[in-house]
Amino acid sequence: MSTILSTREAYGAALEKLGDTYDFVVLDADLSKATQTVRFSQKYPSRFFNMGISEGDMMSTAAGMATCGKTVFASTFAIFAAGRAYEQIRNSIAYPGLNVKIGATHGGVLIGEDGASHQCIEDISLMRTLPGMTIVVPCDEISTFQAVEQAIQMNGPVYLRFGRFASEPVYQQPGDFKIGKGNVLRDGTDTAIFAIGDLVCEALKAADMLAAEGVSAAVIDMHTIKPLDSELVRFYAEKTKLLITAEDHSIIGGLGGAVAEVLAGGGSGARLKMVGIQDTFGCSGSKAQLAQKFGLTAQAICGAYKSIAENQ
Amino acid sequence: MTQKGKKKDSTNKLNVVFSRLDEKNQDFALTVLQTLKFTQEKQAQETNLHKISSKRKTKGRKSVETNVQQLETHAREIRLKVMESIYCAQSGHPGGSLSICDMLAVLYFDQMNVNPQAPLWEERDRFVLSKGHAAPAYYAALALRGYFPVAELQNLRKIDSFLQGHPCMKKVPGVDMSTGSLGQGLSAANGMAIMGKMDCKEYRVYCICGDGEMQEGQIWEAVMTAAHYKLDNLTLLVDNNGLQIDGEVSAVMNNMPIAEKLRSFGWNVLEIRGHDIAQIQCALKAAQQFSGAPTAIVCATIKGKGVSYMENQAGWHGAAPNQEQYEQAVRELSEEVTA
Repeated sequence: MSTILSTREAYGAALEKLGDTYDFVVLDADLSKATQTVRFSQKYPSRFFNMGISEGDMMSTAAGMATCGKTVFASTFAIFAAGRAYEQIRNSIAYPGLNVKIGATHGGVLIGEDGASHQCIEDISLMRTLPGMTIVVPCDEISTFQAVEQAIQMNGPVYLRFGRFASEPVYQQPGDFKIGKGNVLRDGTDTAIFAIGDLVCEALKAADMLAAEGVSAAVIDMHTIKPLDSELVRFYAEKTKLLITAEDHSIIGGLGGAVAEVLAGGGSGARLKMVGIQDTFGCSGSKAQLAQKFGLTAQAICGAYKSIAENQ
Repeated sequence: MTQKGKKKDSTNKLNVVFSRLDEKNQDFALTVLQTLKFTQEKQAQETNLHKISSKRKTKGRKSVETNVQQLETHAREIRLKVMESIYCAQSGHPGGSLSICDMLAVLYFDQMNVNPQAPLWEERDRFVLSKGHAAPAYYAALALRGYFPVAELQNLRKIDSFLQGHPCMKKVPGVDMSTGSLGQGLSAANGMAIMGKMDCKEYRVYCICGDGEMQEGQIWEAVMTAAHYKLDNLTLLVDNNGLQIDGEVSAVMNNMPIAEKLRSFGWNVLEIRGHDIAQIQCALKAAQQFSGAPTAIVCATIKGKGVSYMENQAGWHGAAPNQEQYEQAVRELSEEVTA
């Protein structure tokens, strides 16, 4: 692969490619160049509908289309999908369980200079509370393609969250990606790092760093936040007794929250450290600067391990 | 109707016809024919410009001429069931239910191409009750049309009943879209209409919004969308009863004149008396034959229509009658039936 695609770019490429095989339509709210649905729109103009800057209308329109048996992708930034159009997603899409796939790009603080107004750090929490909503956060180009295709193949609403910038590829070729099943990238005995999105490759780096210090860390690409692979969480809770979650999202209600809910009912006695946005808004900056500032790095994950291991 | 002023814009012409009628309060029957004739003439002239519409007309659209008196009876039956179900539930929204019963009677017993035995039939006309709180009227129309047993209406809003307080498409046969949160239904109706056009289906999509509901910003997003995509297979009926929970629409948050606003957004707009069966029939037919833009029928209605103590009372937006009140309502509505 010559250039590394970000997950949003991979999303656009996937729609363009899968449009040949599957019958679906795509909606966007004047962000088709940013969400990359523009690629689909150019190839299938009659199956693409620009709804203008009206995300609420877009979500309910998508719902109406889905009642006619159509699979519909509705795309915009995460903040305008899960945020602005939350209630349309709730009442028009999730409540009737309609077959709308929400392609939410620009999730998290690592989207860069646009700043807090555009850095959605609560979308996973919001979507997670909706009964019947599936939430998938792929970490690289290859898994994004698989996530999009599997979202098309399944019936019911899916929230797909993508990042703005490319991270290092986690997968070299399509592997066993299955919505609802966490992917164990490496096994470990001292701790298990559950990560999503951009933080998966950071988790792998952290595991390398920890290994150099004699700590055996498992790394799991927990791409599906809902339904959460709670069996896998419980397995590593028993095995390592020390779990870390890593996400470009608020620690409240996101991956960390979801894992905590499993642990709380599990009786394993495992402890949990959440790496993520610590209940604060984002700000402008480069991706690297923001990762440093908000502790979304391999170093921060190692630090999280040490802080909890030392208090044992 | 004068032929002199007939120019290019049939939208304006129709509007003129309708607004004159309202002013003069003439006998409507004759004008129904005149208006339709006018529309058809215009349509013939514009055939080349609007191929989609011509295709729709030629292909097997049912045109049952149900007589007005029969439809009035259906409307009264719907009203009686509205009162019964809300009385049984001891909760619900009678005011805004009673104001749309005539529209529902014409839609479900005359104009809409549906099959209660096959509620999910792909070719069916669709209906979205955007003002979902008028569910009691919707449910009554569906039950009386044969979608489910009328006796079920007594279970409205009760635990484990499929007749939820607001319509749920997953539970109620015949409900095409779940609604309840105001402002979202028209967007969904647009989605159905866009799919109809994309898949070259003949079906039409109908949507009822409340006038108070039209304070929701999303309605105007959807109004834009429908005009932008030229959804002439969509008809919006506005239940313009002038009242909302907190009082008069014009006092709470004035959004009048709704018709002018819709026109300025590029819609074909008709203004009628919303309890006049013949006018509703006529307007719906005119909408079917209009092409190139969606049609809105702004219906002047009375909140609580048919039950004397409820009429024009905002207080009856969301309150249930007690036994005495219920019995009085039944008497009034039944007298009307026999009158």
